[in-house]
Amino acid sequence: MAQKITDEIIEYVGILAQLEIQGQEKEQIRKDMEQILDYVDRLNQLDTEGIEPMSHVFPVTNVFREDKVENKDQRDHMLANAPASKDGAFQVPRTIE
Amino acid sequence: MRPEELLSMTALELGKKIQAGEVTAVEAAQAALDHMDKVDGTIGAFVYTDREKTLDQAVKVQKDIERGTLTGPFAGVPYGVKDNICTRGMRTTCCSKILDGFVPPYSAEAEERMRKAGAVLLGKTNMDEFAMGSTTETSCYGPAKNPWNPDHVPGGSSGGSCGAVAAGEAFFALGSDTGGSIRQPASFCGVTGLKPTYGTVSRYGLIAYGSSLDQIGPIARDVSDCAALLGLLAGRDPKDATSIDREDKEFTSCLTGDVKGMRIGIPSDYLGEGLDSEIRDRIFQAADALRDRGAVVEEFSLGMVEYAVPSYYIIASAEASSNLSRFDGVKYGYRTKEYEGIHEMYKKTRSEGFGTEVKRRIMLGTFALSSGYYDAYYLKALKVKAMIKEAFDRAFQSWDVILGPVAPTTAPRIGESLKDPLKMYLGDIYTVSVNLAGLPALSVPWGRDHKGLPIGVQFIGNCFQEKAVLQAGFALEKAAGDPAKPAGIQKEEA
Repeated sequence: MAQKITDEIIEYVGILAQLEIQGQEKEQIRKDMEQILDYVDRLNQLDTEGIEPMSHVFPVTNVFREDKVENKDQRDHMLANAPASKDGAFQVPRTIE
Repeated sequence: MRPEELLSMTALELGKKIQAGEVTAVEAAQAALDHMDKVDGTIGAFVYTDREKTLDQAVKVQKDIERGTLTGPFAGVPYGVKDNICTRGMRTTCCSKILDGFVPPYSAEAEERMRKAGAVLLGKTNMDEFAMGSTTETSCYGPAKNPWNPDHVPGGSSGGSCGAVAAGEAFFALGSDTGGSIRQPASFCGVTGLKPTYGTVSRYGLIAYGSSLDQIGPIARDVSDCAALLGLLAGRDPKDATSIDREDKEFTSCLTGDVKGMRIGIPSDYLGEGLDSEIRDRIFQAADALRDRGAVVEEFSLGMVEYAVPSYYIIASAEASSNLSRFDGVKYGYRTKEYEGIHEMYKKTRSEGFGTEVKRRIMLGTFALSSGYYDAYYLKALKVKAMIKEAFDRAFQSWDVILGPVAPTTAPRIGESLKDPLKMYLGDIYTVSVNLAGLPALSVPWGRDHKGLPIGVQFIGNCFQEKAVLQAGFALEKAAGDPAKPAGIQKEEA
């Protein structure tokens, strides 16, 4: 059964993704998502019972290292890319009243 | 040396002439920049260049060559870098409005290695926004064109890197491959592109799309260049925890032209419905050419082929939705003009800054990871990924290398692909499974179709078997005769 993408789903996923999709773009994305998920449904033809989900192709383990600062202080370089900065910090709208 | 003659050389040929003092790094950079001025208005391969910086670097490199401190094969050779690979002091935007004006304070490890080798950076190359696309049409700077016919796309997402090499603007380029983004445009542009085994090249400084799939790789005019470049790029980097220490970094000695006794399998499930008949015929001709050189080439059934695209798009979109959450208008790039409060700022910034294809994938990926759908989509896709890996493991018990198409068609016309995203995704059927299984694969030019557009074939190897892939690719290149001259230069001569 094809997954239906309702207005509620678009809105909920939009909240999670911090995206506001409206108007014609919303209809387009809804249609495309339904079409793609419909195609993805063919994965259900496969019996995956007992198969371990594979997130990484090689057996990787955690890599530990000393938490030592190696790079130089690049604060000014970093802030040079910020849309807004003040007193050596990123500037954002007030979040706490 | 005439500029056309200079620009027709491979990177290794040019590097040799520079070491021999027959050409200087400055002359090479000048010739590349002049040629770029002439052709890039049509091709659109580069999105950012800095003539002065390039020439300054060339002067410095030339001094070090003359002093004898830079003796490597790529010293003085001009190259391009895909716009998702960080270049210190040079704009890096993933061809997206949301990273408008970003100048990285550091370089990617791959770029750092090329810099240390004395290669001369020409600029940043065009790509699909955030590497999400197969045509280089979703770039915020406008589409790149195919140097063989500018009415057609160069492929994507590394379309600018491949176009630059094909047009004679750069001697090689760095690209990235998450689901075919090096191999498919290399095939469409008639150049050679290598996607290394996952973990071979450090991803440090590569702006992440699908972290478990992304690999940086070389794009060049022939197999020898790619093999030598891989030797420079490969190796463990403490800054990328998934990078692997490759003990043997010598990838050129396997380039003998001989494939005697090599077992090459062609998946018969790659040759069915959907594959253009001209490309199918070329695959069979490639098989004959390799048999002539001593290989055993037979068809076999790989399996799982039709499940690669759906599992890939779930996994890649899921990882993208997480990776791209860092773009919120605070630390770099674009910020919306009017907003009330931080949440509206995030939302408006992202909605205005990302293009439609990127938003579609973020939405799809966020959906697939959301509670209630996670098991049905994301977890299912990871299980299918395990089955795809198993299918390749089985195949490599019988075959040294897999031979197949890169894409079902040659380069489509501009504007044809974006109308139907699912159809465009299906064009990735022969490339995405390689990323899911972490394998190395090479795209080698192998003739052209009746429209004059390049056809490429793909060699896929088992993990860490780059040598086998390069050996087979080199043998086919020898069978094809000399690698094609860059399209841009051919036209100038005509």
